[in-house]
Amino acid sequence: MSNQKSQSKSTLWDWLTTVDHKKVGILYLLGGAFFFVIAGIQAMLMRIQLMFPEASFLPYQSFNEMFTMHGTNMIFLAAMPLLFGFMNYIIPLQIGARDVAFPFLNALGFWFFLLGGIFVNLSFFLGDGPPDAGWTSYVPLASDQYAGSGLDFFVLGLQISGLGTLIGGINFLVTVINMRAPGMSMMRMPLFTWTSFVASMLILFAFPALTVGYLLLMLERLFGANFFIPDMGGNVVIWQHLFWIFGHPEVYILILPSFGIFSEVIATFAKKRLFGYTAMVFATLVIGFLGFMVWAHHMFTVGMGPIANAVFAVATMAIAVPTGIKIFNWLFTLWGGRIKINTANLFALAFIPSFVMGGVTGVMLAVSAANYQMHDTYFVVAHFHYVIVGGVVLALFSAAFYWWPRMFGYKLNEPLGKWFFWLFLIGFHLTFFFQHFLGLMGMPRRVASYLEGQGFSDMNFISSIGAFMMAIGFIFFLVNVFVSIRSGNPGADPWDGRTLEWTIPSPTPEYNFAQTPLTRDLDPLWYEKMHGDGRMKASEPLGDIHMPNATILPFLMAVGLFVSAFGFVYHNHWVAAGGIAFTFACMFVRSIKEDHGYHIHKEEILSDKEVE
Amino acid sequence: MRGVWRLLSFLAIMLFLAGCGQENLSALDPQGPVADMQFDLLMLSLLVMVFVVLVVVVIFIYVLIKYRERQGDTHIPKQVEGNHRLEIIWTTIPILLLLIIAVPNVVLTFDLADTEPEEDQDVLEVTVTGHQFWWEFEYPEYDIEAGQDLYIPTDTRVVFQLEASDVIHSFWVPALAGKQDTVPGITNEMWLEAEDEGIYQGRCTEFCGESHWLMDFNVIAVDPDTFEAWADSMANPPQELTEPQSEVAAEGRAIYEESCLSCHATAGEGGNPQGGPDLTNFGERSNIAGFLEFNEDNLEEWIRDPQKLKPGNSMPGFDHFDDDEMEALVEYMMGLKVQD
Repeated sequence: MSNQKSQSKSTLWDWLTTVDHKKVGILYLLGGAFFFVIAGIQAMLMRIQLMFPEASFLPYQSFNEMFTMHGTNMIFLAAMPLLFGFMNYIIPLQIGARDVAFPFLNALGFWFFLLGGIFVNLSFFLGDGPPDAGWTSYVPLASDQYAGSGLDFFVLGLQISGLGTLIGGINFLVTVINMRAPGMSMMRMPLFTWTSFVASMLILFAFPALTVGYLLLMLERLFGANFFIPDMGGNVVIWQHLFWIFGHPEVYILILPSFGIFSEVIATFAKKRLFGYTAMVFATLVIGFLGFMVWAHHMFTVGMGPIANAVFAVATMAIAVPTGIKIFNWLFTLWGGRIKINTANLFALAFIPSFVMGGVTGVMLAVSAANYQMHDTYFVVAHFHYVIVGGVVLALFSAAFYWWPRMFGYKLNEPLGKWFFWLFLIGFHLTFFFQHFLGLMGMPRRVASYLEGQGFSDMNFISSIGAFMMAIGFIFFLVNVFVSIRSGNPGADPWDGRTLEWTIPSPTPEYNFAQTPLTRDLDPLWYEKMHGDGRMKASEPLGDIHMPNATILPFLMAVGLFVSAFGFVYHNHWVAAGGIAFTFACMFVRSIKEDHGYHIHKEEILSDKEVE
Repeated sequence: MRGVWRLLSFLAIMLFLAGCGQENLSALDPQGPVADMQFDLLMLSLLVMVFVVLVVVVIFIYVLIKYRERQGDTHIPKQVEGNHRLEIIWTTIPILLLLIIAVPNVVLTFDLADTEPEEDQDVLEVTVTGHQFWWEFEYPEYDIEAGQDLYIPTDTRVVFQLEASDVIHSFWVPALAGKQDTVPGITNEMWLEAEDEGIYQGRCTEFCGESHWLMDFNVIAVDPDTFEAWADSMANPPQELTEPQSEVAAEGRAIYEESCLSCHATAGEGGNPQGGPDLTNFGERSNIAGFLEFNEDNLEEWIRDPQKLKPGNSMPGFDHFDDDEMEALVEYMMGLKVQD
């Protein structure tokens, strides 16, 4: 095709057709934030219902739908896409690349995620109401005998969005392996890129298990197959294995990139090289590997027998070792540093004790014989919220404050940020700390209410107060985003950074690096600051830069599957087949239409440089 | 400082809670050998873990106080690559700490899975079936069946065969033993013992549908002689149950035969596999529907509209009974007692 730089017809069209990893990253953040807010409101509704015993704020059925969709939205449609947003934006910058390996697939993955996620949530307005079998959707409760069309929306929507995640994961793997700038060897990669790389490997191996599970459930629900029906020779426990073979690595898919974020933020604001970088990388790999060996610890009470229980118990405890290595390496990165306390770093620092508390309850849960008392109680609810909020969510907020100037060209306001931090952190501990005890005192999880006079009332009340604090804190964040816009551009390197994403102008040019940088050590920018002139050496002469063309095809392909999913839910096979055919037609167009992209000329880059 | 306060509050609450919660419900107040063993293991792991949290928090606070950026400080910290000795230390010590927990855990996991009684120990077998949203207890040695209230003799090893008729449930009596799932198509086993007489609360802990949170039951531990007498009269219920003496109750019996008996087996009559709980000893239940206070008003409310109290259960409402009919029916049902 020609050299024309895609003249944006309108802003909307520009974002619908973009294949730029930075814009796709921001789209992921917007999409993830949208579902985060929905899931947060669902959490608040649940905490209002549980504030007082025997409350009737929500009917039991609605409560069950709320916790199902809270978990589904938070895990699949908020936490992962938000991390994907940062991964998309930051990984290419950290390895000195101009884009991800497959820009087209990148956009495709995003649209699959977004439309799949919207499809699941449309069940609030369509059919028999939203899914109500928990985010784990154990059969037989999730089979068509016991659950309405909400579960159809669930399996179809999550298959579409899961496809998007798998595409994204493969894309990151190839990007990290192939697109690193000269000198950026694997063992010089920033920890965030490393952990995202390992998380992408986990996606590659874990998501197929989930897809198989959803596919079997879909065949059973829509086409009368009998994989999970005992009377027909099926087995209900197979579902749990398939789900958790995905589900446990999923926890690490979320937490590993979060570990990466903390490694960046802590090293930057302690002004120190990450302590034990090699040990950190290997600990990440070991966690990723062991993450696949422990899924059955979610199933200690299902009746697997003492041999399986004992083996999975010991394997699970083993994960504490590499995780402990990481915690101590962070502490010793801080040791001897000059620790700057700002909002980004506060979130990272608060993570250490919070996450350790979640980690140790994880080891307690791994004690299989004692797990019989803790399993499926509020102790578990407390544990995984300590891990996911105390780990992943704190990482997301830390990353937001840290990378915001890079992504949006302005810093978030510090006083507002600190209000947000303290409200959120204190609220978080108030909400979840007491739930440990509720569980041990006999309160099962996923209960729509609890009876008066069983000793649960006070702690549940405190827990709900904490939830309100978290919600108010988050409002401070939203306000901050808008208030801070006028604060002005803090320049390319606002934090005295260490890695390549801080070496390029702000706002980030479309092509990222005018000249691909030469990496001479771990923390390449810091190395140049200490040993060079503070600027990256170029590894190539200035020249024309080849860019991919924008295209609407990824969006259309996702629309095809989205429409097809309606056909499946409403048993209209023409619509179902038509949607899939449309997607295949788009793939066909993509395959035969030549699209060589365009070039940004040297002169244009030079004029950009002068402006800078 | 935050960390210190958190830790202090944690310890304070731990002390406060040891032996806290409702006595017949909390896993923190074990009332039998199985719950005892699990509690001890829990406390062992908690102790080790509190130690770990302490170590981390102490280093954390020290580092924050000592190395926090002071005003006007612009020095560049020494860029340290790492330290092999430290890495080995914080790899080895956690492994040792984990062994302290892992070894007793493996032993106990096998002990708990072994339902064989010790020598000279009395054994009772009970088949538990989870239904949406109630529990069925069968005593194969006695050929009797009961719903919601599980009678067991004290100081006897009670071995359960756990089954489910519809979806997965989980059988949990926190004060006596940890839970085990009831899974359709699979029979699980577990055992427990109660040391003292008493009523222990049970819960369903696997989410099982709309009224999951109301799927409560009671374990009633009585001395072995009382239990034998109870089982005997359950197997041979008093004639009064089927032929009540008072006129009102007899009228109630007629309504019961017409409207209730097809689903609820009573004194060896009626019932069907898809039906509701056996009501032979209904008059001695600890609760209505497993969670409401046991009284006539609640029974009437339940019969009139069970879907309002426990939505999603399979019992239809009987709101068409007039007050007299209802009174008779309630009177009859309240008299369904096998003990004196």
